[in-house]
Amino acid sequence: MGGLENRFPDNVFFSTTDSIINWSRKSSLWPETFGIACCAIEMISAGCSRYDLDRFGVVFRPSPRQSDVMIIAGTVTKKFAPVVVRLYHQMPEPRWVVAMGTCAISGGVYNTYAVVQGSELIVPVDVHVPGCPPRPEALMHGLLVLQEKIMRTHVLRKDPEHAAAEV
Amino acid sequence: MARPAFCDLIMEHFGDRVGDGGAGIDMHNIEVGPENVVELCWFLKDTPELSFDFLSDLCGVDYYPDSPRFEVVYHLFSIAHQHRLRLKCRLGDPPHAPTVTGVWSTANWHERETFDMYGIVFDGHPNLKRIYMWDEFEGYPMRKDFPQRGYKDAYNPFGEEREGQ
Repeated sequence: MGGLENRFPDNVFFSTTDSIINWSRKSSLWPETFGIACCAIEMISAGCSRYDLDRFGVVFRPSPRQSDVMIIAGTVTKKFAPVVVRLYHQMPEPRWVVAMGTCAISGGVYNTYAVVQGSELIVPVDVHVPGCPPRPEALMHGLLVLQEKIMRTHVLRKDPEHAAAEV
Repeated sequence: MARPAFCDLIMEHFGDRVGDGGAGIDMHNIEVGPENVVELCWFLKDTPELSFDFLSDLCGVDYYPDSPRFEVVYHLFSIAHQHRLRLKCRLGDPPHAPTVTGVWSTANWHERETFDMYGIVFDGHPNLKRIYMWDEFEGYPMRKDFPQRGYKDAYNPFGEEREGQ
């Protein structure tokens, strides 16, 4: 803050509550440290120093209780689907879901007896990131799209469509 | 692949209770009925010239619609002699085979997998339950009459309808 110091008196800023709440929410998107298949390797790569998700406020947390985002990174088998649902319900609201990769979006090449044909069938998905697996840039783009989506939501006065959907 | 010399030893001991399955691309085959599997396995493990001390694989085969329908295949390896052998055991329907967990304890999980995927029951197995699929799963997915895309349910809207629904 060096350039601003001692140049202004104490100040009051005017803004909407929605924009300041949304700004704080989108600036600290904490995903669960939770990977299912090969997409998780790209997710790890996106979190490491070369791509550095931290600069968007995306910091991986070891517990769903501390998380805001679930990145479904991999093939969701039917045997594992109850675990994914439980992890989703363990997250406090507001919470968002990113389906990363073709398997999480639609089952991908695994159109078989053992694989859930799209994580939309078990949890509400906000952003789909296509790819097999998506590159870290694609995941970053997905999270930035999620940030844009968060900035468009109304917190105090719910959108009629959202209010209807949550009933 | 040339017929290994130890095959004569097995044939001599078991006579017409085992059959020579001929050469595979990688190892020799021996055919045996389910009633003689355990005795043959003990013989293969305990005879010093053979000493097949390692069961490297055990799996099932479905020959649907042929009869007898099922088969269990044992892949054996001898660490001492560095030689291999494959046993084939044809089974009817419903398929029953004796367990070889007493001979090689590694057969425990292999037999559970074979049971899970083919529904082959290994009599005398200490813990015969599903190993890959969840306990409530119905059917045996590696059987040829099981639909490749599975049955239709909430997680799989593209699967086949179950008969009678």
